[in-house]
Amino acid sequence: MAKLIFELSSLGHQAVTFPPSHLPSVSFDEFENQGNIDLPEIAEIDLVRHYIGLSKMAHGVDTGFYPLGSCTMKYNPKLNEDVASLEGFAKIHPLQPLWSVQGNLKAMRHLQDALSEICGMDEFTLQPAAGAHGEFTGMLIIAAYHRQNNDLKRTKVIVPDAAHGTNPASAVMAGFDVVTVKSNACGGVDLDELRSLVDENTAALMLTNPNTLGLFDPNIKAIADLVHEAGGLLYYDGANLNAIMGLSRPGDMGFDVVHLNLHKTFSTPHGGGGPGSGPVGVKTHLIPYLPKGSYLKDLPTLESAPSLSIGRMRSFHGNFLTTMRALTYILFNGKGLKDVSMNAVLNANYMMHQLSDVYTVAYPQTCMHEFVLTLEKEKDQYNVSAKDLSKAMLDHNMHPPTMYFPQIVHEALMIEPNETESKATLDEAISLLKQLHQTMIDDPSYLQNAPYTTPVLRVDDVLAARVPILKYHKE
Amino acid sequence: MNSVKEGYYYLSTHEWVKQESDTTFLVGISDFAQHALGDIVYVALPEVNDNVKQGERFCDVESVKAVSDVYSPVSGTITEINTSLEDSPELLNQDPYGVWIMKVEGSLDTSGLLDSAAYTLHLENEH
Repeated sequence: MAKLIFELSSLGHQAVTFPPSHLPSVSFDEFENQGNIDLPEIAEIDLVRHYIGLSKMAHGVDTGFYPLGSCTMKYNPKLNEDVASLEGFAKIHPLQPLWSVQGNLKAMRHLQDALSEICGMDEFTLQPAAGAHGEFTGMLIIAAYHRQNNDLKRTKVIVPDAAHGTNPASAVMAGFDVVTVKSNACGGVDLDELRSLVDENTAALMLTNPNTLGLFDPNIKAIADLVHEAGGLLYYDGANLNAIMGLSRPGDMGFDVVHLNLHKTFSTPHGGGGPGSGPVGVKTHLIPYLPKGSYLKDLPTLESAPSLSIGRMRSFHGNFLTTMRALTYILFNGKGLKDVSMNAVLNANYMMHQLSDVYTVAYPQTCMHEFVLTLEKEKDQYNVSAKDLSKAMLDHNMHPPTMYFPQIVHEALMIEPNETESKATLDEAISLLKQLHQTMIDDPSYLQNAPYTTPVLRVDDVLAARVPILKYHKE
Repeated sequence: MNSVKEGYYYLSTHEWVKQESDTTFLVGISDFAQHALGDIVYVALPEVNDNVKQGERFCDVESVKAVSDVYSPVSGTITEINTSLEDSPELLNQDPYGVWIMKVEGSLDTSGLLDSAAYTLHLENEH
C-alpha cells in the first residue's frame, strides 16, 4: 500500500515557494487560539510522484473498459474540458454584475431549452448539485403541489422493487411514506399490483424507464394513466435517459417531473471527478414550484422566486461549469444524440447475445443500454459468486460490472458497455468473461482468491463494514 | 443449507415467527434469508413499544451486498428487541432460528403465513 501524504511529510520541505510580498506583514499574535495546523511538508517532486502514483493504482474510463451497469461510465470527450476551461466560463464570479455575464446566462438558458426538448418537458432548473439532489428537489416539488391543492392525505409514494436506492430515500427525505410495487415476470411494473396500490393517498409513482434491468416498460402509458387518474403525479428517474435520447421522451410518456444525471447521459465527470449536476425538468403546471435561483423566462429578476417556489436548493446557479460540459456535449452531438442512444443499445445487445451461450441472462429479451446476468447457477455448482468473478476481472484491466443490483436478481452482474466503446473492446471483454467462466469450472479457487495483481488484494469487506476505521491517527 | 425449522411460521419474504406463550411471539429471519444476504454487518433494530403489523416492514438488515427490509409476520406491540445484534449482527448468520430480532405482544393470524411444509415448497418453487 502507498503511504499517506502525512507519512511522507518531512520537516522543512515545501512544494510552493511564494514570491516576496509587497504588502506590509500582519501579526496574528493577538489571536488566542493558535496552534500548528499540521499540514504535510513535502517537496514538489515527491508531491507529484505521490499523486501520480495513486492515480496509477486507480482504474478510470481513461485507462480501461468500465462497464459499470446503471452508472454509465461513458468516455468524457476532452472537448468538454476545453470549453469548461474557457476564461469566460472559468474565471467569472457569481456576484459580478449581470451585464457582464449575459453570455453565461444565455448558455444556461440554451441548456435548459435543450434539455426540455430532449425530455419533452416545459422547463428545467439547473440548481440541483447532483442526481440524488435532483430527486429530492423533484419530490419537494410534488409535496408542494399537493399541499397547494390542499390534498394533504397524499402521503404515499410508490417505488418499484428494481428502483435505485436513492428513490425511496429521496421520497422519505421529502416526508413521504414509501410503498414498493413488485416487478412482473417480464421485468416491468406489475400492473395488477400497481392497481391495488394506487389510491387517493398516492402522491406519486417514481419510475426509471428503461429500468435498472435495462428494460423499457411497454406498459408505461397504462401506468401513467393509472397514477394520473388517481390524482397522483409521475416522477421520472432520468438515470437511464442515455438509452432513449431522440427516440422517446419522458414528457410524452406522461411524466410530470424528471431529474437527469448530467454525468451519465451528457458525459460530465463522475464522482470524485465531479462536481455533479442533477437538473430537474417539469411540465407547465409545476413551473411555479421550481427552486429559487432557477433561471426562468417570466421572472422579473434573477433573484425573484417563482410564485410557489420550494425555495433555494443550492447557492447561486448550480454547478455552472459542469452544466457547460453537458451543453458542449449536446451541441457537439446535435441530432447525433439519437445515434448515441442507439449505439448504447446496440453495444449492450451485442454483449448480451455473445455472452448468453455461457452465462445466464436474468431477463433474456432484447435489452436497452444494459443487461443483467445471474450467477446463481455458478454459485451453486462451483461456489463462485458474482463477487469472485468481479475480483478476477481486476487482474485484466477491466472494471467489474455492478454487483448484487438490482436486488431482485440473485448473484447479479449488471453490464452497461456504453456507446463509446469499440467492437474490439467489447470482443476483448466478451472473450475475457468466457475465459473466466471456463476457469470457474476448471479451477474455482483461482477466482475465489482473485485478484492477484492489484495494489490491494482481496479485502475483508465484512470486517471493514463491521469495524470500520474511518480516521487516520498520526503517531 | 437453506434449512427450514418445524413449528415456526414463515412469510414468503423469509421471516419467521415462533410462538413463545399465548400472546408473545419471537421474530427472526430464515436460514435462506441469511444465506441469500451473505455476511450481515448491521441490523437497524426497531424500538420497544413500536407497533408492528403483519406484512409490514419493521427493520432493515445490512449485509456486504445490500440493505434489505425485514417484514413482520405478526401484528402487535414490540416488548423487547435483541440488543446483542447491535454489536454482533453476525449472530443472525450463525444461528438464524435461535436468534430472534424482536419479541412481540399480540396475536398470530396464520392465514397469511406459511407453515414449515409450505415454506419448504415455496423455497423449492422460487429458487
